Amino acid sequence: MIPTWAQIGYLVAAVCFIVALKALSSPRSARTGNLIGAAGAVLAVIITFAAYKPNHLAPILIALVIGTVGGVVGSRRVQMTQMPQLVALFNGVGGGAAALVALLELGEVSSDATVAAIASAFTILVGAISFSGSVVTFTKLQELMTTRPVTFPGLPVLFIASILGGVALSVWLVSDPRVWVGVLLCLVGLAIGVMLVLPVGGADVPIVISLLNAFTGLTVAASGYVLGNTLLLVAGTLVGAAGTLLTKLMADAMGRSVFNILFGAVRGGSTLGAGTVSERPVISGGPEDVAILLGYANKVIIVPGYGLAVAQAQHTLRDLVEELQSRGVKVDYAIHPVAGRMPGHMNVLLAEAQVPYEQLREMDDINGDFKTTDVVLVVGANDVVNPAARNSPSAPIYGMPILNADEAQRVIFLKRSMRPGFAGIENELLYDPRTTLLFGDARDSLTKLLAALKTV
Amino acid sequence: MSESIALLTIFVLAAFVGVEVISKVSSTLHTPLMSGANAIHGVILVGAIIVTGATDSTIVMIVGLLAVVLATVNMVGGFVVTDRMLEMFKGPGARKKELHK
Repeated sequence: MIPTWAQIGYLVAAVCFIVALKALSSPRSARTGNLIGAAGAVLAVIITFAAYKPNHLAPILIALVIGTVGGVVGSRRVQMTQMPQLVALFNGVGGGAAALVALLELGEVSSDATVAAIASAFTILVGAISFSGSVVTFTKLQELMTTRPVTFPGLPVLFIASILGGVALSVWLVSDPRVWVGVLLCLVGLAIGVMLVLPVGGADVPIVISLLNAFTGLTVAASGYVLGNTLLLVAGTLVGAAGTLLTKLMADAMGRSVFNILFGAVRGGSTLGAGTVSERPVISGGPEDVAILLGYANKVIIVPGYGLAVAQAQHTLRDLVEELQSRGVKVDYAIHPVAGRMPGHMNVLLAEAQVPYEQLREMDDINGDFKTTDVVLVVGANDVVNPAARNSPSAPIYGMPILNADEAQRVIFLKRSMRPGFAGIENELLYDPRTTLLFGDARDSLTKLLAALKTV
Repeated sequence: MSESIALLTIFVLAAFVGVEVISKVSSTLHTPLMSGANAIHGVILVGAIIVTGATDSTIVMIVGLLAVVLATVNMVGGFVVTDRMLEMFKGPGARKKELHK
């Protein structure tokens, strides 16, 4: 049915996608890679119009324009700190689109094509899960709802019942492909998606985005199977495989299993923190005290966290580091794999402030250096330097690899308040006698610090 | 049946390619990578166009158009936002130029 030239064109587009993912492996070629991917996508759409000669051309083109405007405006307007939730949202609408396409495909699936019917059922169910899961993820990251795990009595039972119901409806759909059964399956999928993400704690949400991303990829692959379209099959499978691997990498960085992240709260052992503010004494200092500590150090390591990005203080931090370097202080940035809210998120945020790559050092590379470091400056980070991950087996983050900030001579925290971090766990390091706290908004504190540094 | 086997073969091989290509990505680029992969699955747009274009039913067309809009947002938005992220990973040369402005 599809002409040969179109098949070859789809092959070219598929190769574009592979090259794009490959090129993303190096900062030098990443941007070109993304453009190649976009070119492949445009090519695929043009070929589709030419080869399938779709009816309703005008409404389709109008829908394309609406989607393009929405996508461009959304991605241009968003703040860099809000990137994770935007990716979640884009993933959600992709999953939703896949589920809708699969619902409509049902009309074309004949009852003897069992495999195609299975693929359709899979796409409807998983696409709906991906859509509603992504929406809940978005509301958590945007802090429109609590970032803490949400559970209610009976959730596990309801969850398992929904999954069984989904499977039963899928079987029904395979034996008798009717649209209304598909719609019912879609609704069950939406419910499963919500129940899947609600119990996940704030700090673990990015891992869920990655997982849902992989889900959506697989639904696109299944759609490709049903439509006999090799491009959808290849592109979807690529994303499914890549997303699965990325999810595992992210979970490894936090020392957790994906299973534990998803179902930990339900079983009662996840990132549920105490969430209370402790009354224990801490040592707090003024900008001048901290400036002296920094200015007369030989070696300083900066640990940036999400708080830095929220305060939009990256540029001020870079100015501070340049001032320190001009005084002969050796400064490095220690980047925890999940600093920010996604792996590599902090690198993006610091790159935005034009901090040179060479100063950004990854956890495994820099962790041995803390012993010989005079001062560690923790800006808006908390959980990634919490020694509880190493020392206290009862802590929810126990086992997560952390930056060994506690091995340095002195530690300085720039914090807004004593409120615990995103994971909601108390940090012993704050009460250590070698620790000094400078309270305030990160940008404010850094500006004062910079001014004080110039006078000492 | 042979077509099913061909599609299955493509699926398995593509899965290996996906894992292979990604396993060499530096963790610095994980966020742009996730976003880029996210944009690629927006190619479901092709499926949405095919289904919408093949129908005579108004309801199917309306739902299909909705799928076209959603898929386009996914694809276009995904590539644009990835580009925005990567724009910041400039080489030292480009950065100097900007400082001299």
